[in-house]
Amino acid sequence: MAPLLDVDSLAVTLPSPRGPLPILHDVSLTVDEGELVGIAGESGCGKSLTAQTLLGLLPPGAAVTGSARYAGTELLGLDPRGWQRVRGAGIAMVFQDPSAALHPMLSVGRQLTEHMRVHLRMDRRAAVRRAVELLDQVRIPDPERALRAYPHQFSGGMRQRVAIAIALAARPRLLIADEPTTALDVTVQAGILALLERLRAETGLAVAFITHDLGVLSALTTRGYIFYAGRVVETGPTGALLTAPTHPYTAALLGARPHGTQTGGTLRPIPGAPPAPGEAPPGCPFHPRCGYAEPSCGTAPPPLTPAGADRSVACVVRPHLEVAA
Amino acid sequence: MTTVHDGEPGTVATTASRPRGAHPLLIFLAKRVAVTAGLLLGVTVVTFGLVNVVPGDPVTANLSDQALNDPAAVAAFREKWGLDQPLWAQYLHYLGNLLHGDLGHSQQTGRAVLDDLLHYVPATLELALPSMVLALLIGTGIGMLAAVRNGRLTDQLVRVGALLGLSTPPFWLSLVVLYVFFYQLGLAPSGGRLSTDFSPPPTVTGMYTVDGALAGQWDVAWDAAQHLSLPVLVLTSLTVAMLVRFVRSAMLEVLQQDYIRAAYAKGLPTRVVLRRHLLRAGLVPVVTVSGLAFASLLSGTVLVESIFGWPGVGQYAYRSATALDLPAILGVSLFVALVYTLVNLTVDLLYGLIDPRIRLS
Repeated sequence: MAPLLDVDSLAVTLPSPRGPLPILHDVSLTVDEGELVGIAGESGCGKSLTAQTLLGLLPPGAAVTGSARYAGTELLGLDPRGWQRVRGAGIAMVFQDPSAALHPMLSVGRQLTEHMRVHLRMDRRAAVRRAVELLDQVRIPDPERALRAYPHQFSGGMRQRVAIAIALAARPRLLIADEPTTALDVTVQAGILALLERLRAETGLAVAFITHDLGVLSALTTRGYIFYAGRVVETGPTGALLTAPTHPYTAALLGARPHGTQTGGTLRPIPGAPPAPGEAPPGCPFHPRCGYAEPSCGTAPPPLTPAGADRSVACVVRPHLEVAA
Repeated sequence: MTTVHDGEPGTVATTASRPRGAHPLLIFLAKRVAVTAGLLLGVTVVTFGLVNVVPGDPVTANLSDQALNDPAAVAAFREKWGLDQPLWAQYLHYLGNLLHGDLGHSQQTGRAVLDDLLHYVPATLELALPSMVLALLIGTGIGMLAAVRNGRLTDQLVRVGALLGLSTPPFWLSLVVLYVFFYQLGLAPSGGRLSTDFSPPPTVTGMYTVDGALAGQWDVAWDAAQHLSLPVLVLTSLTVAMLVRFVRSAMLEVLQQDYIRAAYAKGLPTRVVLRRHLLRAGLVPVVTVSGLAFASLLSGTVLVESIFGWPGVGQYAYRSATALDLPAILGVSLFVALVYTLVNLTVDLLYGLIDPRIRLS
């Protein structure tokens, strides 16, 4: 069966005062029906831009090449009407900060029903009925009253639940969640993650979960993509990725992560900083920061090559990597 | 993964603690009335002081040369208007009358200032209100268009148009409009409120278009509307020019917000995103600046009224000022201060209407 979302060799270049800036290079990824896929990397690595590309929300002047097929339809090059049909009803999005992504001056009911009525051709009463069900589904207490409330009357976690209900309102098959728990308290974060997993299990929703938190990645997703400087550097089943990384960057990320309650352990920061867009070095973008780099790393960016069961890695050295327990 | 707890603190927090007793809106309004009273008192002090500080004497401004040479006439004039009293006594006398709703008599017209204002204010409102409404509609529309077309040709044209409008002196625009629409095209009358073959309709509001319509005298109302067209055109275009740039930048800021991207991401048609999501959020700053715009519009009426021979407050203020007609100047100042207070109050109430976060709890 063809995957629900099939992105192939996607490259995005954004305009800037100093000329075009290449942001994404040769990104390929797939999401199957009902699958929870993680996309992880540091800020500025192109995770969010990938999401924007898949919803046609790139700023004007952006140049896109490659292919992104949703349910067999090529998304790149869609006209405005085509995008309107896909957005909301096919691919929906949950943003990082629910306080910013909910309209402060429109009632929750209005924001929850307006696109339902467009996509599902519902009348007002049917839309309100579905809105109540959705709020109930995302565990908002007293849904009827919540419909008349405004976003500022909810706590951060509740706002994100409302935002998820809004995203699901027009029955999308793929939800792109762009760091949906980053702006929330840790205790609240767990509730949101559980909610997404439950929605996937109950409705067969596919979720592309963007995060910079490897802990979240391992807790929630079955398959993951590690991004670095606008490229996929490693992909595979999440468990294998995080216990036995094959790319030095994945290993370095794991080493730079605090370990739960363990004290006195060493955090190993990655030396240097990720390259700014347009300033990536020739060859493997990670090689200036990589402890295993060899001279050949600086010549050409390594392609993603198969590395064991369902795994690929973009590294020519393939060193033996030790992961801190 | 389902081991995490699904519960989290926080429910709908709609219960606002309301102090017992009066409705909060009433308290708010009562405070406003108190502040306004203080403000008006301040206006009388400042105006009183200013008029007495400027070089010039109401006596020389009002009496003829012949009367000025007659010490008895001068003394009589001074006594009649209380100018022989010390300044503080004049002021207290004025305040005492003011408390009884007596604004004094104009030295120029000899009539009660209050009657004069009731006569001239409706004429000015008939100019200012439609100009303001039109300017808000047009200014918001064009400003939004420029923001959505940011950097493209439409935006550039709007930018140039607004700059031209802002740098055009009102009197010059009035003359050009008169030359084109009255002299060349003959589409509109040159000035005044009514053609000579009509007499004013029975006074209800003092606005001829409204009164004409109320009395069923449609020909009078239509004639009054034609007389309104050119001055309203001038005032509207000047106010639009002032509003457009502001609306544009306010809307541009809203366009950057996540909730606009979220609205697009829901698959809403562009017109719905713009009309519902963008406009709603952009209206808050627009309302703020429209208070200022109304102020500048009122000052614009002074010039426009004198060019179009429009018997409004602007002309009255101009004539009173040149004659150092203190009671009339004070009356106009109080009126203007009152208008500003009302505009600010309207702005504050509109905020609450537009943005639920500012709504009085």
